[in-house]
Amino acid sequence: MKATRDAYGEILAELGATYRDVVVLDADLSGSTKTAVFAKKFPDRFFNMGIAEANMVGTAAGLAAAGKIPFVSTFAIFAAGRAWEQIRQSVAYPKANVKIVPTHGGVTVGEDGGSHQSVEDIAIMRAIPNMTVIVPADAVETRGAVAAATAHKGPFYIRLGRNKVPAVFEEGHEFVLGKGTELSPGTDMTFITTGIMTAQALRAAVALGKEGISARVVHIGTIKPLDQEIVVKAARETGAIVTAEEHSVIGGLGSAVSELLGETKPVPMKRVGIHDRFGTSGKAEELIKYFGLTPDDLVEAAREVMERKLG
Amino acid sequence: MKGTVLEKEKIEFLEEKARTLRVSIVKTLHKSQSGHTGGSLSAIDMITALYFHVMRHDPENPQWEERDRFILSKGHAAPAQYVALAEAGYFPKEDLMMLRRLGSHLQGHPDSKGTPGVEVCTGSLGQGLSMANGMALGLRLDKRNSRVYALLGDGELQEGQVWEAAMASAHYRIDNLCALVDANALQIDGEVERVMNVGPIGDKFKAFGWNVTEIDGHDMEEIIKALESAKLVKEKPTAIVARTVKGKGIPRFEHKASYHGVAPNDEELSEALLCLGCIED
Repeated sequence: MKATRDAYGEILAELGATYRDVVVLDADLSGSTKTAVFAKKFPDRFFNMGIAEANMVGTAAGLAAAGKIPFVSTFAIFAAGRAWEQIRQSVAYPKANVKIVPTHGGVTVGEDGGSHQSVEDIAIMRAIPNMTVIVPADAVETRGAVAAATAHKGPFYIRLGRNKVPAVFEEGHEFVLGKGTELSPGTDMTFITTGIMTAQALRAAVALGKEGISARVVHIGTIKPLDQEIVVKAARETGAIVTAEEHSVIGGLGSAVSELLGETKPVPMKRVGIHDRFGTSGKAEELIKYFGLTPDDLVEAAREVMERKLG
Repeated sequence: MKGTVLEKEKIEFLEEKARTLRVSIVKTLHKSQSGHTGGSLSAIDMITALYFHVMRHDPENPQWEERDRFILSKGHAAPAQYVALAEAGYFPKEDLMMLRRLGSHLQGHPDSKGTPGVEVCTGSLGQGLSMANGMALGLRLDKRNSRVYALLGDGELQEGQVWEAAMASAHYRIDNLCALVDANALQIDGEVERVMNVGPIGDKFKAFGWNVTEIDGHDMEEIIKALESAKLVKEKPTAIVARTVKGKGIPRFEHKASYHGVAPNDEELSEALLCLGCIED
């Protein structure tokens, strides 16, 4: 069990040694986002911008224009939300080489409540042209995604979480930008999931297996550009899809998959996620239940799409 | 330096250059029939001083690493930057006639993806100073002597991000940065003072920890002196607050908010060209 933000702090400090042009900006949350690890190792290349996210993003764009590879971190709601227009105008429009890597995405932020739980960030980042959007499932994928973002020119949004999460990928797993991963084979239906929901889907698939339902699990690390091939193949071969994400069902992975399948291979579908609501205070595990993001909820959703498929 | 023959000749050369560029601005805007006349004319003397005297740059090699950088934070004055870039040789002057047309690299607001010499994308007000900070910090990390210039409007100072950036410039002691404020006292809805007073501008920058110079933004000698003095200031960013006249050089356009985003028609073009001392082609 390891938090994606912890993996981020480590890989960033490692990459800092290889890439002398990597610089890091934070908005007074470096202890939480773990950019403090980089700051300690490379104080000259770390800029604490204070509680001023709009300026932080603009500054990063300027650093990129001077040839640097800026990483920008704060909580997801303040990166994507507060600084959305700066990300659009100063980063994405000029295709600036800026990596927005927020932590504390989704409702598992927990006790801080709805003000701090970003459930719309994937949607609003995905809507911006030139933007690549990644939501890693675990620490291993986080390392791969951050390394890939460093090596690829252009704007990235990599959404990380606060809490420790189980490992989905083995050490040494190679992250391939824009490619989904089939983690578990299946023929009756497919879970297409991202972030922390992939581990939930793997558990749900085991439970369904005991009922004689063969559930495929496809993890989508890169939500944009979406791996169309793996999604359409799942729809063709299994005929029923459940998407799951720790995010609003409006505009995120569920929307991306629906948009694609609506135009290519419509099949019975259900989107598991936050249903047009704000978050609320509570413990992360309580909130997972409260918002219907447990393996049991996924099993229920799978049964429903199976019924529609067979009915 | 004041009063020397060389300096006098230089000033006269720059004044003549600015006049030429004013002609180019009105012709360009007349052709496009869309764009921002008033704010281009108020900024052009400073832009002339930068591109034709103060900045180190190479139109043959826009990506020259040792160049000084210019960011037009008040991106709607794009015609002023475009005519200067064309005059300097970054792209053919004929391109100006394609301003704001479909397929043209001369977008309504500066776009670094297409136009040689444009460093970043601006147009959404309030974002340029942040980018200037980042650029200046990046150049400092690389131990380059290049300077960064950002031109802002006074109405633009209403954007909160400008003050976030101003705080950061002083905090990080960014002394290779110079912000110029084109204080023409007008914005789209009227007088800046009445829409949302931003004054006293100089005092605000001073309070934020900046070195501040207040000048007449149409007096070439004052502009050059202020820009050259700014190079000597260490450990602090410099703000040049330039009092200007919106629409400067063409009486019909001067001091008028109504010409903020309006291009000259045929009659206005003829009149403008007469005012600028040329007979229409």
